Amino acid sequence: MSLRIVVTVKYVPDATGDRHFADDLTVDRDDVDGLLSELDEYAVEQALQISENSDDDVEITVLTVGPEDAKDALRKALSMGADKAIHVEDDDLHGTDAIGTSLVLAKAIEKAGYDLVISGMASTDGTMGVVPALLAERLGVPQVTLLSEVSVEDGVVKGRRDGDTASEQLEASLPAVVSVTDQSGEARYPSFKGIMAAKKKPVESWDLSDLDIDEDEVGLEGAYTTVDAATERPARTAGTIVKDEGEGGKQLAEFLASQKFI
Amino acid sequence: MAEVLVYVDHVDGAVRKPTLELLTLARRIGDPVAVALGNGAADTAATLAEHGAVKVLTHDASEYAEYLVVPKVDALQAAHEAVSPVAVLVPSSTEGKEIAARLALRLGSGIITDAVDLEAGDEGPVATQSVFAASYTTKSRVTKGTPVITVKPNSAAVESAPAAGAVEALSVTFSEKATGTRITGRTPRESTGRPELTEAAIVVSGGRGVNGAENFSIIEALADELGAAVGASRAAVDAGWYPHTNQVGQTGKSVSPQLYIASGISGAIQHRAGMQTSKTIVAINKDPEAPIFELVDYGVVGDLFDVVPQLTEEIRTRKG
Repeated sequence: MSLRIVVTVKYVPDATGDRHFADDLTVDRDDVDGLLSELDEYAVEQALQISENSDDDVEITVLTVGPEDAKDALRKALSMGADKAIHVEDDDLHGTDAIGTSLVLAKAIEKAGYDLVISGMASTDGTMGVVPALLAERLGVPQVTLLSEVSVEDGVVKGRRDGDTASEQLEASLPAVVSVTDQSGEARYPSFKGIMAAKKKPVESWDLSDLDIDEDEVGLEGAYTTVDAATERPARTAGTIVKDEGEGGKQLAEFLASQKFI
Repeated sequence: MAEVLVYVDHVDGAVRKPTLELLTLARRIGDPVAVALGNGAADTAATLAEHGAVKVLTHDASEYAEYLVVPKVDALQAAHEAVSPVAVLVPSSTEGKEIAARLALRLGSGIITDAVDLEAGDEGPVATQSVFAASYTTKSRVTKGTPVITVKPNSAAVESAPAAGAVEALSVTFSEKATGTRITGRTPRESTGRPELTEAAIVVSGGRGVNGAENFSIIEALADELGAAVGASRAAVDAGWYPHTNQVGQTGKSVSPQLYIASGISGAIQHRAGMQTSKTIVAINKDPEAPIFELVDYGVVGDLFDVVPQLTEEIRTRKG
C-alpha cells in the first residue's frame, strides 16, 4: 500500500510587516517580505506525522500557487521533511480570488495524484478559510476539516473538530480533503540536515497550460469578486493612559461608567 | 421586492444572535427568506418573523446531525432554486464559511467572507470588510452569479421588524456527497453561563500577564460583573491556562464587541488581528511600552492583580 499526500501551502506577506494594497487593489507583495503561512506549517507537520506513524509508503508533495518568490514556502516545507514540491506559477494568475485558486489547486492535485489533501485552516493573509471546503467540492471527495487531531488508518481518516457549541469526531474514507488548526500539534523546525536535503529535492513548475486552465478563468479578469475601494484605517486617536497609583481600577470604572458600560 | 436568503444558525430551535443581525442587514437588500435546517427548525419561525423574515423555509432530517456540512449545502441549493434570491447571507462561523463556499461554487457565484457591513448598491450588495489586522477597510462586490456573503457577528444592531414569517416546508434531495463525512461522536461544550465569545457585547481577555490558570478567576470575576465573555491570548492558551475555544487572535477567534478589555496582553499583531475592530478598547498592563496601548481608548499602566479586582469591586459597588 502506498499513500500519496498533497499538502497545499501559501506564501504570504509577513503579518508583522507593513501590508498594503497595490494600485490594482491586489495585495502589494513587493513591499513586504513573504514566508510560508504559519497555519500551513501545521498541515506539513501533520503530513509528516501521518507518514511517521504509517506502515505504508507515504509520499508527501507540497503544492503552492504563487509568484516566483513562493518557492521559498516550498523550500521551507521540503526542509521540514516533505518529499517533493510543485509550484504553479503563471503571470495570468495575478489577482486570482478564492474560487479561482481552488480551481488551480484542484487541477494540480488531480494531475499530481493523491489519496489525501491536507491544508491549513486558513491563510494568514486572506484569512477566509474557504479553500479546503472548495477543494473538497471541486474534487468530489469528503471534507474532514478544522481538525485539532488527525489520524489515518486502513484508508480511513479520523479527526476531532472543535466547534463553537460542540466537539465532534469525524470520519471519512480516502480520498479526502483535511484541514488542520493550530491546535493539531506544534510544527517542527527544519534541521540543518533537512535544509541541506531540501536543496536536492525536486521542485516541478507548472503553468496554466499544463493544467488545461484558460487564462480567463483566473486572475483579476476571471475573479468572481471585485474590490472597489480599499482605505487605510485612520490611526486611532490617542487614548487616555493613566498610571495606577492605587486608584487605577476605580479610574477605569469611572471611564466605563462615562461610556455607559456600567 | 427581491428576496434574500438568510441561513439560520440555531441550536435546537433557539436562533443565535448573528442570524438576527443578518436579518437586519438583509432587509437593506430585499425581503429576507430564512432557511432553518435540522432539529427544531420549525421552532425558529416566530423569532425569525419578529425580526423581518417574510418566509421561513424549514427542513429536518437526521443527515444534518450525522454528516458534516454537505447536507446543509444541498438544502441551501434547493432553497436557492425555489426562491431565486438576489443574495445569500450566512453567518461567518467556521462552518458558515464552509457552507457558503461550497454553495457559491455550485451556483457559479463569487463569495465574500467576514463582511462587517452590507449595503445595497447599483450593481448588487456592497460588503465592507476589515483586512490586514484591521489596518484597511475594503468595499467589495460579487460580480458573477448570486452573491454569497458571510457576515461577522456584531456587524449590525438587532432590530425587530415584524413580518409574515410564513413557514413552508423545503423539499431537499441529498446529493451523493452529502454522506461523505460522518460525525461519529459529539460532545456538547459545557456551558459556562457566559455569552459566546464572538457574539458578546463585552469581552474581557487575559494574556501572559495573568500568569497561571488559577489566576484566570480574577478575569472571570470581572467578566461576570459585566455580563461579558472571557477571551485569552495565544500565549495564555499555549501555556494551558485557558481553553483554545476562547482564544482571540489570528489563529483563534475574531471578535468585534462594543467593549474589549485586555489584561496582561502585550498586543502582538496576531492578537490585534482578532480584536482591533472592537468599538472601545481598554488595556491594563504593567509595561507602559506594550503595543496594546497604541490601540486603547483607555489604558491603565499597572499590575492587573491590583487593578482588575479593584475594578470588579468598584463595578459591584456602583451597581449596588
